Amino acid sequence: MLATILIVAAAVATAQPTGRPAGATPVSEQDVHDVAAQLRCVVCQTLSVADSPSEMAGQMRGIVRERLAAGDSPAQVRQYFVDRYGEWILLAPPRRGFTLLVWLAPLVAVVVGVGIVAIRISGWTRARRPTPPPVDAAMRERIRQELERET
Amino acid sequence: MTRGWRWLVPLAAVPVLGLLAYGFTLNPREAPSPLVGRPAAAFTLTSFDGAKLDLADLRGKVVVLNFWASWCYPACYEEAPALERGWKSYRDRGVVVVGVDIQDKDEAARKFINDFRLTFANAPDPGGKVSVDYGVYGVPETFFIDREGRIRAKHVGALSDQMFAEAIEPLLAAAGTTK
Amino acid sequence: MIPEIGHGALLVALGLALYGGVMSAVGGRRGRPALVESAQHAALGVFVLVTACLLLLIYAFLTFDFSVVSVATNTNLGTPFYYRITAVWGALEGSIVLWSWLLSLYTLIVILRHRTSARELYPWVLMTMLSVIGFFLLVMTVAAPVFARSLPIPPDGRGLNPLLEDSGMITHPVALYLGFTGFTVPFAFAVAALITGRVGDFWITTTRRWTIVAWYFLSLGLLIGGWWSYHVLGWGGYWAWDPVENAAFMPWLTGTALLHSVMIQERRRMLRLWNLALVILTFSLTLFGTFLTRSGVIASVHAFSQGAIGIFFLTFLALVVLSALALLAWRWNDLGAQGELDSIVSRESAFLLNNVLLVAATFTVFFGTVFPLLSEAVKGAKVSVGAPFFNQVNIPLFLSLIFLMGIGPLIAWRRASLDNLKRNFLWPVVIGSVAAIVLRLVGVGSSVAVLSLALTVFVTATITVDLVRATRARRAMGEWTLPALGGLLLRHNRRYGGFVVHLAVLVVAVGVTGSQAWSVQTETTLKRGEEAALAGYRVRFDGLRESQESNHGKVTGSFTVVAGRGAGTVLEPAKKFYPQEQSPIAYVDYRLGFVDDVYLVLGDFARDGSSATVKMQVNRMVSWIWIGGLVLTLGTLLAILPERRRPA
Repeated sequence: MLATILIVAAAVATAQPTGRPAGATPVSEQDVHDVAAQLRCVVCQTLSVADSPSEMAGQMRGIVRERLAAGDSPAQVRQYFVDRYGEWILLAPPRRGFTLLVWLAPLVAVVVGVGIVAIRISGWTRARRPTPPPVDAAMRERIRQELERET
Repeated sequence: MTRGWRWLVPLAAVPVLGLLAYGFTLNPREAPSPLVGRPAAAFTLTSFDGAKLDLADLRGKVVVLNFWASWCYPACYEEAPALERGWKSYRDRGVVVVGVDIQDKDEAARKFINDFRLTFANAPDPGGKVSVDYGVYGVPETFFIDREGRIRAKHVGALSDQMFAEAIEPLLAAAGTTK
Repeated sequence: MIPEIGHGALLVALGLALYGGVMSAVGGRRGRPALVESAQHAALGVFVLVTACLLLLIYAFLTFDFSVVSVATNTNLGTPFYYRITAVWGALEGSIVLWSWLLSLYTLIVILRHRTSARELYPWVLMTMLSVIGFFLLVMTVAAPVFARSLPIPPDGRGLNPLLEDSGMITHPVALYLGFTGFTVPFAFAVAALITGRVGDFWITTTRRWTIVAWYFLSLGLLIGGWWSYHVLGWGGYWAWDPVENAAFMPWLTGTALLHSVMIQERRRMLRLWNLALVILTFSLTLFGTFLTRSGVIASVHAFSQGAIGIFFLTFLALVVLSALALLAWRWNDLGAQGELDSIVSRESAFLLNNVLLVAATFTVFFGTVFPLLSEAVKGAKVSVGAPFFNQVNIPLFLSLIFLMGIGPLIAWRRASLDNLKRNFLWPVVIGSVAAIVLRLVGVGSSVAVLSLALTVFVTATITVDLVRATRARRAMGEWTLPALGGLLLRHNRRYGGFVVHLAVLVVAVGVTGSQAWSVQTETTLKRGEEAALAGYRVRFDGLRESQESNHGKVTGSFTVVAGRGAGTVLEPAKKFYPQEQSPIAYVDYRLGFVDDVYLVLGDFARDGSSATVKMQVNRMVSWIWIGGLVLTLGTLLAILPERRRPA
């Protein structure tokens, strides 16, 4: 059952969150934010272009806005930046090639961990089931007598 | 666990520590540019003097494209005189130095130009489009563009006279070869 | 004067620490209590000297003594009084003094509490603590001298990083370091257990409270860090998966695993090897954290500095990890788990799964943090691993952990019968599922948010079921409800303290879920008098004004925020111009609420004040995260109360 929960959770987690109520501002601001959140702000080192308060990030957001308005898809806008800066401009590494390793890491960790635990637990549950002591005729007679005395 | 295998546990830590040690040899703030070897992005800017500055007009010359800002202390302040000297020495040999001022205020930029008595063309980049086109992530950065309009080299950080000459000479030597 | 005195004192302390470390080791090995006592006196001497140095440093900062390099670099004549104290640990050198002082304080407490009760282990515990202190003293005297003298003495200092001029800077490092250094004690006991071969339960039951207290302070430090990030850095977020944040998060994750697996060792005498490994891992991760912050190996907003000090830390980290793991390998065969279990459906399994998930999360965060290094080493390519990655991979793990929070406390040890499962979980599962359906119907679009909140409801239901049943049982014996409840909490304070801590985690989880799913933001340029609207709030730009503070110039924008038809709140985000900083620092203004935080950041503006660009955010449920911190404090206090043995 736990495994099912984990699988469900994993499947659901890959769904994109869509629960954003519409603001009174034009929808494209949210689109700008979504694309900018995947780009790395080059001056602040860990923040996204969407989050960074720096001037450079503001300019990059402006360019994202321009390109989206010109009809580029989010993937094309991302590629625009990758062409000019290199892959490190993306805040999440692409899911192919060498960088696929980092995406697989959590899966491998959980599988290996659960595997080790499963092996240990099966060892422990096997150890638990002792064979009952053999009961011979004399013992049986004693048991019968004691039971009769109780009742 | 059988006898020897348990020693794998401390041993397993060694590659991780090794990786961290390797990290000392790197500079996390430096990134290789994918633009080297590619055609330089076109741009049209208005210089501080009001003149039009178009990269296409400079085809056939070796272009030194320098990104700077007045707040970029001390690196931009160190290299400004070197750029001016390079401009003066090489302009007769077909080299053009162009400065692009990014994320700056006009008055501060003009003061910078006046203080260093720069005579090569300088233009501000409002909106940052040109700086993004060149993958600029800090100042100063300098691009060396050959006569065919290809970026041949990129230098991050302050430029010295020697670096200027070393970058320029090969581009001057490769004269007139059409693609 | 001060540089020389301070430096000299630290050198003496270093000598004492080394002497004490050696004496306690020899005394322990040869069974000579006199040597151990001598080491003990050395440790007391170290505490006195380090305290004196800390006070000396604070004094230097308060009196603008620029002959000390650290003072000159981190303050100037305009730095306000309050921040002159926090500047002490705002920079590299001073932070190590704070760390060392806390270590020596903890050593003092260990001496007072355990010198008679932990006879066998004590010399080795002392040796370990003194060795760690010795390393930090070495750093303070050689690698990054705290009391370096400025030559010549400058007339004015450079000034404190403006981002550190905040109340968070007073508490965040202290809480965090109390947590980090706190884990040294269980580690020292683990090392002592391995060296003496007394790898039974004594070392872990003795350090149980230490682990809880260290864990608590680490949690607090992380939360305060989040609060500081939220209200100072100007991006409206509280966690960026920055490498240094990750470095503090990882020992928290393994520390949480440890808190749980300790219970299995206490009840069932299992997992002795695992617990030792976990303590070693946790302590190593705290050292990794200080290494990361101070070495500049991975770029981060936090990083103090670069330089030779990184090599010091890496060497020490390597020494600690390799020798501790070697000790573990040495005693491996004495740690054979004589485990017995009736069924895979049991509390032991739930706790083991909890450990697997937490360690898997730790591995994920670690791998993601060092992956840029790996990529460059193997492929020569630079990549970034940032928030989108960490959020995506960790969400399933954390959701599973929340689910387990509901299962663990109620499921039976050894084997959970079907009846036990039904009794404890039927209602919570039903209520949780209903909650999920209701949330969907109400219009919550994000599946992750629905799952997260439904699981929270499920876990809350399990806690309620347990409380109600237990209180009812007491009531059946003639007690009134409230005294029954109170008696219950106090009599079984460990269990119910744990429940309250779980509740705190749930509150934080709700805050995180809400803020990630429902926060909105926008960026507009407004002319004076113009309005913008977002999520039911209207923001009007009223104007700008300039001012000069003690150490910076400031341009403040005035904005009126109106919600619906209510009265307006005036928010004044500003840009602060510090002479020593290249670009202006954004000063955020916000209005906090139970559900909504309205958050403004000032961007570009016209010189004459006719227009300004403002970034506006309506962040939802963020306050729940801070409230969770309060609940956490209550739960921890309850959990560490001394156990009452008399019937309540």
